[in-house]
Amino acid sequence: MTVTTSANVSTAAMSLSRGRIEVLQFFRDRTAMVFTFLFPAMLLLLFGTIFGDSYDETGVSASQVYAASMLAYGVLTTGFVTMGSGLALDREDGTLKRLHGTPLPVTAYLMGKAILVLTLSIAEAALIILVGVLVFDMPLPDASHWLTFAWLMLLSVLTCSLLGVAVSAIVKRARSAGAILNVPVVALQFISGIFIHPITQLPSWLITVASLFPVKWMGQGFRYVFLPDSMKSMEAAGAWELGRTALVLGVWCVIGLVLCLATFRWSDKDR
Amino acid sequence: MEAIEVTALRKTYKDKEAVRGIDLTVARGEIFAMLGPNGAGKTTSVEILEGHRRRDGGDVRVLGEDPGTAGQAWRSRIGIVLQNTDDAADLTVAEMVRHVGGFYPGPRAVDEVVELVGLTAKRNAKIRTLSGGQRRRVDVALGIVGRPELLFLDEPTTGFDPEARRQFWDLIRTLAGEGTTILLTTHYLDEAEALADRLAVLADGRIVAEGTPATLGGRAAAGSKVSWQENGHLRTEQPADPSELLRKLATDGTDLRTLTVTRPTLEDIYLTLIGAQR
Repeated sequence: MTVTTSANVSTAAMSLSRGRIEVLQFFRDRTAMVFTFLFPAMLLLLFGTIFGDSYDETGVSASQVYAASMLAYGVLTTGFVTMGSGLALDREDGTLKRLHGTPLPVTAYLMGKAILVLTLSIAEAALIILVGVLVFDMPLPDASHWLTFAWLMLLSVLTCSLLGVAVSAIVKRARSAGAILNVPVVALQFISGIFIHPITQLPSWLITVASLFPVKWMGQGFRYVFLPDSMKSMEAAGAWELGRTALVLGVWCVIGLVLCLATFRWSDKDR
Repeated sequence: MEAIEVTALRKTYKDKEAVRGIDLTVARGEIFAMLGPNGAGKTTSVEILEGHRRRDGGDVRVLGEDPGTAGQAWRSRIGIVLQNTDDAADLTVAEMVRHVGGFYPGPRAVDEVVELVGLTAKRNAKIRTLSGGQRRRVDVALGIVGRPELLFLDEPTTGFDPEARRQFWDLIRTLAGEGTTILLTTHYLDEAEALADRLAVLADGRIVAEGTPATLGGRAAAGSKVSWQENGHLRTEQPADPSELLRKLATDGTDLRTLTVTRPTLEDIYLTLIGAQR
């Protein structure tokens, strides 16, 4: 028998193929659909309806603020939770072991997950913006704000996904993934100005703690995109701080990448 | 070049020596079976050959490369049939076969693979709706879709009904006929006997016997067992040469309606080999 000399399939082609299959599997799993995808929009409807009052003199309603902030929550859950629990599940049900036995490189596997998360995040953002516009009369911003939205979105998805991959290494069983992953998610919502706004109501040490994590900056960034400039007075620093937002998210991105590379395992027993 | 060459393979988990110095050679185009009780080191050895596990010592060459460092091109030349998987539940059989086939440079056609494993009727069924045996056939389909030169089968027919096992054996013979080298682990001795050109018995991390199904563990030389009922009691003798005993029984008027003469089965040999280790 002759040795096969045909070229390998390209990593790009395999990444796309993985991405397609990941999206297909996600949409066929109803539980995943409801809990990670529809949940943020549902929370927005609840919060927006319960706290419908306007902030003094600004003419901006609390529901519009929630719509902007909830984008951060949406990206966080789709990125962090989908990635973290997805990896734990793939490790448990044999997906990773199966793929490791094929010519598929790790890069293509992770790119497939990234395609899933990006697809979900964009759909999630569209859904939240739609609810904001249709239900709570949130005005859409101009072109320059959309540019900020684009880089903020990309950086947020990347950061959350990488941290999700990293944290999946400590999730021993897929069954407990949801519980473990939602602890930091929910805690950060409360201290990062997502559920409770303005963030200045919190004790200053708690704001400092929140400022160390990405969520506070994501929320602030999305509020910059969708709210009038006057609303910056309600932020912790009284300003939008876009440069610092990019910096913090960038740093977390690097931390996430390093953790990913250090902790990624094809199986729970490949030593 | 041999398909698999292993010398002095060792693997230790925390405090247990799972594999203690295995030497093994599998020729190209051969069907080689590994037998042994649970915990004998079969799966550990196979997983090292597949590149799924690191070894602690010894030299391993699979298709000429070290599985511990081999890359994508090497992976596209081997096929692995896993045990106990539960993945891709929401995909259909054809979707999953096409998807995995896409990772290989020259995959088989989806319909051909599905037909080979006998799942044509379930082609468009979601994998979660399949029975255990059908699920295993999907694993086999995914193992062969890339036209591997070497196929690893870890207890492939667990959960198969008798007819499915026969069909599976035919498939393995077809693949071997096309030149595929096959390394098989199994609990079923009849399966090893039906398929394997050569086999090895593992016990306690070592190979305790190696040979063809006909000669393993001195099977060819072992004496036949002669049994018959006498006065309501079963009598069994294992003479060096049964001819003399049979002539005597035939002439002295013993009732021979219950007479059996049996060669040692592979199972007898296996149990003796395993028993000797305990």
